[in-house]
Amino acid sequence: MRHPGRMGIFFTGAAAVAALYALSAIRLPGPEDVRGEYMRIINGECVTFRHVTDAVTAVNFDFRGFDTLGEEFILFVSVMGTLVLLRQTDAKPGAWAPDALSPGRAVGASDALRVWILAMTGPTVLFGIYTVIHGQLTPGGGFQGGVILATAPLLLYLAESFDVFRRITSHRYLEIVEAVGAGAYGVIGLLALFRGREFMANIFHLGKGGNDINLFSGGTIPVINAAVGIEVTAGFVLLLYAFLQEMLERKEAGS
Amino acid sequence: MIYFYAAMAVAAWLFLVGVYGIVTSRNLIHLCLCLVVVQASTYVLLTAVGYRPGGIAPIFADVKQTDKAVDPVIQALMLTDIVVEATVVALLLALTVQIKKKTGTLNPDKVNLMRG
Repeated sequence: MRHPGRMGIFFTGAAAVAALYALSAIRLPGPEDVRGEYMRIINGECVTFRHVTDAVTAVNFDFRGFDTLGEEFILFVSVMGTLVLLRQTDAKPGAWAPDALSPGRAVGASDALRVWILAMTGPTVLFGIYTVIHGQLTPGGGFQGGVILATAPLLLYLAESFDVFRRITSHRYLEIVEAVGAGAYGVIGLLALFRGREFMANIFHLGKGGNDINLFSGGTIPVINAAVGIEVTAGFVLLLYAFLQEMLERKEAGS
Repeated sequence: MIYFYAAMAVAAWLFLVGVYGIVTSRNLIHLCLCLVVVQASTYVLLTAVGYRPGGIAPIFADVKQTDKAVDPVIQALMLTDIVVEATVVALLLALTVQIKKKTGTLNPDKVNLMRG
């Protein structure tokens, strides 16, 4: 190792962290002794009071909705940051013209791969939408479903070409869609203020409850889920777009 | 009880291995992936903390509602953790692209952006 000093610092620090961690882990109460009041209340009452069967989604988009708003804006800001970083290019003017970006087929896509990917694109979109809209019933939600949806254009890139990818993910509109998805979350939260409730309160009609809980149960939860799904889909497609664009530009420049 | 300490030990191991990778990394992309390993330790830790003996998943679509489920608050926290990780890694990889462009190397020891 060329940095003996660095390794010395690491092993000293690692030993100290390990010792302190072990000390604190041993003193923790065991799982049998933990009495999480929130756990008991949410697990016991989320079906009754929020008409949702997925307690995790109820926490994320209702009981702790304000935190998830922050999480969504972390996503939003880091997508923006990535786009800004990747756009700082010293390529010659004209390199962004559409003509410079016609790389043809993706490398190594055989006919079998292309047919199979094209056949799977539809089911991928369907599964993504299913995951988003069933967020309050079964495991899933806007974040998970949004990422699945964002892989559909990527499949098309693998099977066809970047031109196809770019045609279906028109950049300008995507940015607007992402902003609308992010803003809708905040607007739904603000609506509660006009009804004289606290921010992010669940003000919509809760829909059917009990054993008849369906896609429209849960008040604001499915609406927020859909907004998050739109935002995450657009955000991740923008990320993929930016990275692919960057890669192709380097290929054009021959580096 | 033993599984709880086992999970805590795995979390500590993942954390230290990831930090070791970051310290000795010779490639910035490798460094980003080491950070992912460090973050994986938080998933193990949170899952262990939220677990209850005999608890089921806190999803009552197919089972009758019960409070014998694991802690949904911790699970929601972990979901946040995963989302933040994905976006942070995307941002770091974009920075890596820029560093490669500016300096022509991915070796963190050779990257020197300061020009006097």
